[in-house]
Amino acid sequence: MLPQPWSEDATKLSEIRIRCHKLAKGHAEGQALVSKDPICFYLVEPKTGVVREGGHQLEGKSVSGKVLVFPTGKASSAVQMDGLVKLLINKNAPNAMIVTDVDPVLLGSAVLTKIPLVDRLETNPFEAINSGDLVKVDADRGLVIVTKN
Amino acid sequence: MELLVAIGEAFDAQRMIPIERSHVASSGQEGDLYFVEILAQGGASCKVITTTNPIADFDFFQQYIAAEQDEASVAWKTKNYYERIGAVMSLSCIPYLAENIPEYGEHVAFSESSATPYVNSVIGALTNRESIQTALAAGVLGETPEYGLHLKENRKGTTLVKVEANLNDGFAYSLLGQYVGKKIASGIPVFTGITKRPRIDQYISLCAMLNVTGAIPMFHIPGITVEARSEEDAFSGDEPRERITVTDLELGQTRDELQTAAGPVSVVIVGCPHYNLDQMADLAKLVKGKKVREDVSFWVNTSATTKLMADRAGHTRTIQESGIRLVVDTCIDMFCWNHLRDRTGMTDSPKCAYYRRFGPVKVGAMAECVAAAME
Repeated sequence: MLPQPWSEDATKLSEIRIRCHKLAKGHAEGQALVSKDPICFYLVEPKTGVVREGGHQLEGKSVSGKVLVFPTGKASSAVQMDGLVKLLINKNAPNAMIVTDVDPVLLGSAVLTKIPLVDRLETNPFEAINSGDLVKVDADRGLVIVTKN
Repeated sequence: MELLVAIGEAFDAQRMIPIERSHVASSGQEGDLYFVEILAQGGASCKVITTTNPIADFDFFQQYIAAEQDEASVAWKTKNYYERIGAVMSLSCIPYLAENIPEYGEHVAFSESSATPYVNSVIGALTNRESIQTALAAGVLGETPEYGLHLKENRKGTTLVKVEANLNDGFAYSLLGQYVGKKIASGIPVFTGITKRPRIDQYISLCAMLNVTGAIPMFHIPGITVEARSEEDAFSGDEPRERITVTDLELGQTRDELQTAAGPVSVVIVGCPHYNLDQMADLAKLVKGKKVREDVSFWVNTSATTKLMADRAGHTRTIQESGIRLVVDTCIDMFCWNHLRDRTGMTDSPKCAYYRRFGPVKVGAMAECVAAAME
């Protein structure tokens, strides 16, 4: 089957704009990766960005350059920052993060690593966003723009 | 300050409030070094008492420094920067028992997985679930944004956890924390069905695991912990948003989740979080007159303060005579354990197994660890 020709209007129509609340400033975009499980970045392999936590919904998948959609952070107070900094050093950090329940440990780590983080989307992000969608997160303007895949 | 303001704004805090003390869960790894280095080089110093987590006893583990140079040097630099900014080098993950004890009703900033829920729930001090960096910034500034658990209305229970399991030892409390942390992820659980007051080490095990599989800054046990006289009081009259029940079946399944080994063990590591004096006494009693098998290396981690008392009580001698190596100031997640990585390990700490530095692993109560390692 031939690919459908997309007009510019059609592209715009396929965009979903969702208002949100800024947690950590900045803007970035990337392919969405959705996880119903909370994430601990210390259990992500720094050299590949692949989640190595056994039994995790994202086990074996890479967070590198993605816009991560997940409920909240988890695990000890040291490990989110250590995990994210190790990922940044290896250029495998996520580009932006969308959460539904904010955890101060994750928030502090996002502020310091300058990864945009938002919550309180006016539409449930688990319904509006699927893995593979193109997602722009503009924390400063309080806006998430989703282009469906 | 920028960090704390960003956090305060994100949580709609109205103002900054003074804190009495801070505990930094220093990890001696890259993220930790990044921030403490910026503060130390900028000339910052701690305004209120600020204690640190264990990093490593570099003298004791000298022989492993060369082989693990990258990791060891990050840890060494981090430790030095904490000294430079005037932190109290408690090098303990249970500082709330000795080196840095909050008072009921005090506003504090305590990071570290067991410390945050312990000081909120058992002591009744007020802290949010801090990261290393937010706790350190608060220690330097002597202030924290007023949001979350610093406000009374946010300290009520959210989730009813009906405990029907047998909680016979600290390990059972670890499994309870592991299961509940994973099941509810966030919120403030209210445990009913716990009729016997937990021992301090049992509280610690529960607290630590709630923040390994989840992000749980506080809990209530009605009639036992300080801010809940009754179940109704724990929820401030509200209905729980979720109810779960925990039986021995769930705890058994939880234990199996982290087991990756069968057969004989060749490494045992206990003391994550650091053993307190009661646990040192228990261990001494269990190993008295026994010997660690020649093909097993057995390690116990504790704080320097606890060791001092264990020395005086005779526990240190009994433990060391059995062939167990006693370590202070050290976290299980450090370069000095890498040489054990490929061996089959056992621990009484699911947290240690979760962030494990050894290969295949078994988890079991202290007595089971001793039985697996002793002749």
